[in-house]
Amino acid sequence: MSIYDVIFYLFAILTIGSGYLVVTSKNIVHSAFYLLFTLFGVAGLYVLLAADFIAIVQLMVYVGGILILLLFGVMLTNKVTDVKIRTGTIHIIPAVIGTGLLMGVIVSMMLRTNWKSEPGELPFTTTYGLGRILLTDYVLVFELLAMLLLIALIGAASIARRDNE
Amino acid sequence: MIEVGLNHYLVVSSILFSLGVYGVVTRKNAVMVLMGLELILNAANINFIAFAKYGNFGLGGQAMALFVIILAAAEAAIALAIVLNLYKTFSNVNVDEIDKLKE
Repeated sequence: MSIYDVIFYLFAILTIGSGYLVVTSKNIVHSAFYLLFTLFGVAGLYVLLAADFIAIVQLMVYVGGILILLLFGVMLTNKVTDVKIRTGTIHIIPAVIGTGLLMGVIVSMMLRTNWKSEPGELPFTTTYGLGRILLTDYVLVFELLAMLLLIALIGAASIARRDNE
Repeated sequence: MIEVGLNHYLVVSSILFSLGVYGVVTRKNAVMVLMGLELILNAANINFIAFAKYGNFGLGGQAMALFVIILAAAEAAIALAIVLNLYKTFSNVNVDEIDKLKE
């Protein structure tokens, strides 16, 4: 068992364990903090998969942006001063059965399929290559996503501040 | 134990995906539903990047994962704005109680 395997199992356990706590924790603020560890574990898996740039983007965008945004959402939509911050769950038993079946089907499908697996030669740092293909092969998608982000920004501001009707 | 390969990453992402679906289905609070969605998107991203390494497809998978992260950021901003509006209108954000399009 090499050091790579040990690190993989550490990050996998971190990801799955805190992911489980995200969806089962009663306190919504605790869920948000467990989500931090899940995202961190996923970033570690990206590093193990030789995707260093994506891992840094994951840490900056998810942990620095989306998680803070979610925490703002929690704080602004709950009465923090009293104990109303707990949140309920519905349909536990059908959901456990349904998602358990779904997980079994997906995992067995993943394990039975004979995937085309030939470890390719990814470069040691991917930033150069990613920058090249983002501005050559995927330049249209890149520009469209820039437009989409601008539209989302304006839309979010206009939806959230509609107070003088 | 066998050596870590493509299947290990696929199993981790499948479990993460199922946990995300479980969160979306069971939680009442709209912000918690959003957190489940983030788990699902992360699971998809792990698949993209695992195949980018083990399938010998070059860097296309990693570029796609980057696009997914950008879409997740846009989705979170819009959804949070909608949740704030819901809270202003109904003064709670429980998705099982909000069944009207207007007051």
